[in-house]
This record gives sequence, structure tokens and C-alpha cells, in this order.
Amino acid sequence: MTPFQQIGRATLATLREAGRFALFAGRAVAACFSPPFYLSQIWRQALQIGYFSLPVVGLTAVFIGAALALNIFVGGARFNAESFVPNIVVLGITRELGPVLAGLMLAGRVSAGIAAEMGTMRVTEQIDAMTTLSTDPFRFLVAPRVIAATLCLPLLVIVADIIGVMGGYLVATRSLDFNGAIYIRNTFNFVENADVILGLIKAAAFGFIIAAVGAYQGYNSSGGALGVGRAATNAVVASAVLILASNYLITALYVE
Amino acid sequence: MTAMLELAGLEKTLNRRKVLDGLTLDVAPGKSLVIIGGSGVGKSVTIKSAIGIMRPDAGSVRIDGEDFLALDRVGRERAVRKIGMLFQGGALFDSLTIWENVAFRLLYADSVPRKEARERAVEVMRKVRLAPDFANLRPVELSGGMQKRAALARAIIGAPKLIFFDEPTTGLDPITADAINDLIVEMVKELGSAAVSITHDMASARKIADEIAMIYQGKIIWRGPARDVDASGNAYVDQFVRGSADGPIQAVV
Ligand SMILES: Nc1ncnc2c1ncn2[C@@H]1O[C@H](COP(=O)(O)OP(=O)(O)OP(=O)(O)O)[C@@H](O)[C@H]1O
Ligand SMILES: [Mg+2]
Repeated sequence: MTPFQQIGRATLATLREAGRFALFAGRAVAACFSPPFYLSQIWRQALQIGYFSLPVVGLTAVFIGAALALNIFVGGARFNAESFVPNIVVLGITRELGPVLAGLMLAGRVSAGIAAEMGTMRVTEQIDAMTTLSTDPFRFLVAPRVIAATLCLPLLVIVADIIGVMGGYLVATRSLDFNGAIYIRNTFNFVENADVILGLIKAAAFGFIIAAVGAYQGYNSSGGALGVGRAATNAVVASAVLILASNYLITALYVE
Repeated sequence: MTAMLELAGLEKTLNRRKVLDGLTLDVAPGKSLVIIGGSGVGKSVTIKSAIGIMRPDAGSVRIDGEDFLALDRVGRERAVRKIGMLFQGGALFDSLTIWENVAFRLLYADSVPRKEARERAVEVMRKVRLAPDFANLRPVELSGGMQKRAALARAIIGAPKLIFFDEPTTGLDPITADAINDLIVEMVKELGSAAVSITHDMASARKIADEIAMIYQGKIIWRGPARDVDASGNAYVDQFVRGSADGPIQAVV
């Protein structure tokens, strides 16, 4: 095969995959908005995706906030702007790092988990069995995960915002000689609703991506344990790439 | 009387191999049909096509007189209420307890309250001789034979008019296998359901079948009353029943 043919083939395969994913996501959205709604399943997924992700997200946020404060302090010192640490930390966390890092961490934790669980259900015929029991897998399995992730991610990001700012605050007050009260006041005076809202819009989009990609990979997996493993890996890679790409898109649209 | 299940001219190509090639089969209400045939001839594919898990490339499926392939999702969900299916590997939901598995259809398709669903599940579990103590365990905590019983209970809880059993006794010890056979016969008699079973096990086939049909090269090559299977006059059936490597069917090694 010539290199051109290889590029062509890879492009076609990617487009085909994108099309199949779009159809799947459309079906998933339709299932989210039409009965029956399985509230117990949504609740169960909310615990799994939201509550049990708190430690991961909290830890990520505190360290990122701390490191951000240090870097901004060093960078700001180059043009006597050290005092802007609280402003830039809160801006960076709410608009960008909070949602993106929470999204990427959950691409690992949640998207892979959904892909592995649903992939196992696929290869052991549990998904087929469900349809013979008059229950639609899109409504029973996919929709609760998509709903839970889309609603929980913004909540997690609020927590990440607060903890991230706290991380910056701790470093700034403990080792950079900032006054705590002034740091907090600067943070709150500077941050605007629009910053937080941008972060939450991103979070909801990332939540949808994480659940939809994981479910897509799991639902379409085949070929035993190997196939399930591949589904989980693909879910992490694909949702991470989609998160970063949509992060740019949402930011660009929002800034305009 | 309309047949409970009517498959006509089913064709299905998988991996460029024509697995089903004009397969035609029907089952009358209250009758038990056993499908026999070598490994990989398409027995499972036949059943999966009949219940809508696989879509045949050509042919028609009628369930209780209704054109199954023409139905939309809602229509299918309604039509599969008449069907119970025991999967080859059990296919129990491993995130749910045994009683939730057995009662799945009641809980999630029929919105029966949990307390009532649980009572009905335990009742059906008793029928398949699964003690109520197992109700709160997860499938992984049960042995293979018990899992099969649980899967059987799940298949029959809605009192379906048509039940499919894909290799109900494979991988079980002879005593448990025979107990499962008894259960199937009992269920079919008690519920008055039509049953379609797949098996390699001739002892099991003789016990549960009113009729036996043999698949070979994507078609039904012989069909008749169970008692005639030893005198079928068909060289392929004879070879299968004798379990011999000599004959028209080449064993794939
Ligand atoms: N999902 C699938 N994708 C591709 N090929 C398949 C699939 N399912 C079955 N096949 C192929 O179809 C053929 C028939 O498979 P099937 O499972 O119906 O066999 P079987 O008669 O049930 O055999 P066994 O007695 O071993 O269970 C096999 O050659 C198999 O490789
Ligand atoms: Mg089979």
C-alpha cells in the first residue's frame, strides 16, 4: 500500500467511527428524554460517578492550585506583578484547569469503568438478555450513566474550583507571605460569574463525553477479555482527546 | 391453529460464511422442539435471529402470528413479553442479586413494586429448586448449576408462551443435567408453553423433545417425532445420534 492509500484508509476509518459515535450519542440523548426513566439507576450512577470521584478530583485540584500559585508568583516577579497570584489562580482554575483536569481524571476513572462494565455485559450476553426481558439497554444502561455524568461533573468542578483556590491560598499564605484575608478578598473581587459559568458549561460537556464514549466503546465491544480491555483503553484515549478538543471549541465560542 | 414460532427462509452470512441458508422451522403452541446439530452449524444464530438479537439477511420470523422483524422497538418489547430465553452462558446480570435477576422483567419492564416482585421471584426460585437463602447472593457466588437454575427462573417468571433454551445442560454433571431436564419438561407442561431447545446431548433431547430437528449446512435436513430419531432413515441424523466420526458429516479437527 502506498502512503497515500494508508492515509486515505485511516481517514475513512476515523470518519466512519465518528459517524457511528454520533448516531450512538443521538440515540443516547433520545433515551435520556423519553420514558421509562430508571431513577434508581441514575442515583446509583450518580454515587458511582460523582460521589466516589470526590477524592480524585479534590487531590488533583489542591495540587494544581498550589503549583499554579508558585508558578504565577515566579513568573509575575519578572515584571513586578507578584500580587496578581490570587487573581490568576482563580481565573486559571475556574475557567480552565478545574474542568479540564477533573474531566481528564474522570476519563480515566469513569469512562474506562463504564466501557469495561458494559463491555463485559456485552461479551457475556447480558445486554442481549436485557432486550429479551423487554428492557431497552439504552434506557436502562446508557441513559442513567449519561445523565449522572452530565449532572455530576459540574458539581465536582465546583468542588474542584473551591479546593483549587484553597491550594493556591495555602501556598500563598504559608510560603509566599501573602496575607490570607487580602488573598481571599482579591480572589472574590476578581472572579466573575462568567468565569465560573464557562467552567460549568465545559464540565457538563465533558461529563456527557465521558459517559457517552465509555458506553459506546462498551456497547460495541466484542471478542472476549481482549475486546473488553481494548474498549476500556479506547474509551480513555477517545474521551481525553474529545475533552481537549471540545475544551478549545467551547472556550473559543464563549470568548466571542 | 397458528404456530407459536415460524421461521421461513432465514439467511445469515457471518464473516463471509453463509451460516443460515434458507432455514425454515415452526413450532406449535405447547410443543417442545429440540434442535440438534454439530458445533458451529448455526443453532445459536438461529435462536438469536428468532428473538431479535441478530437480524437475518433474508427470511421472516413470526411469533404468535405476528411479523416480528417488521416491529419497531416498542412493538418488539411488547412481543418479547411472550418469550423467555435461557442463554448458553446464563447471562445473569452480575451487578444484581439473584432475586433481582430473576425478577428483572417484573421490576424494570412491568414496574411491579419491589416487595411483590421479590415474593414472586422467590416463588419461582422454589420451582427451580433454588432455596430462598440464595436470593440475596450475587451470581458469582453461585455454582454453575445454580446459575443455570437462576437463569431458568428468570426466563420463565413472566410465564412466556414461547421459551428458548440454548444448551441448558452443557457443562453440568449428569445428575444436575437431568434435574434441569425435568424442570424444563415440568415448565413446558405447567405453563403450556412452546419450547425450542438446543442441545448436543441426545439423552437430554430424548427426554425433553416432542419433536427433533437437525440443522446441517444452514438448513433443517430432518425433522420428526422424538421417538423416530433412531430410525430416521437419514444418514446425517444416524451419524449424529450414534456420535460417530464415520459418516457423511466430516468432523472438523
Ligand atoms: N457474532 C458473530 N460474529 C461473527 N460470526 C459469528 C457470530 N456468532 C456466530 N458466528 C459464526 O456463526 C457460526 C455459527 O455459530 P453458532 O453460535 O450458531 O453455532 P452453534 O451451532 O450454536 O454451535 P455450538 O453448538 O458450538 O454452540 C460459527 O461459525 C460462528 O463462527
Ligand atoms: Mg451455540
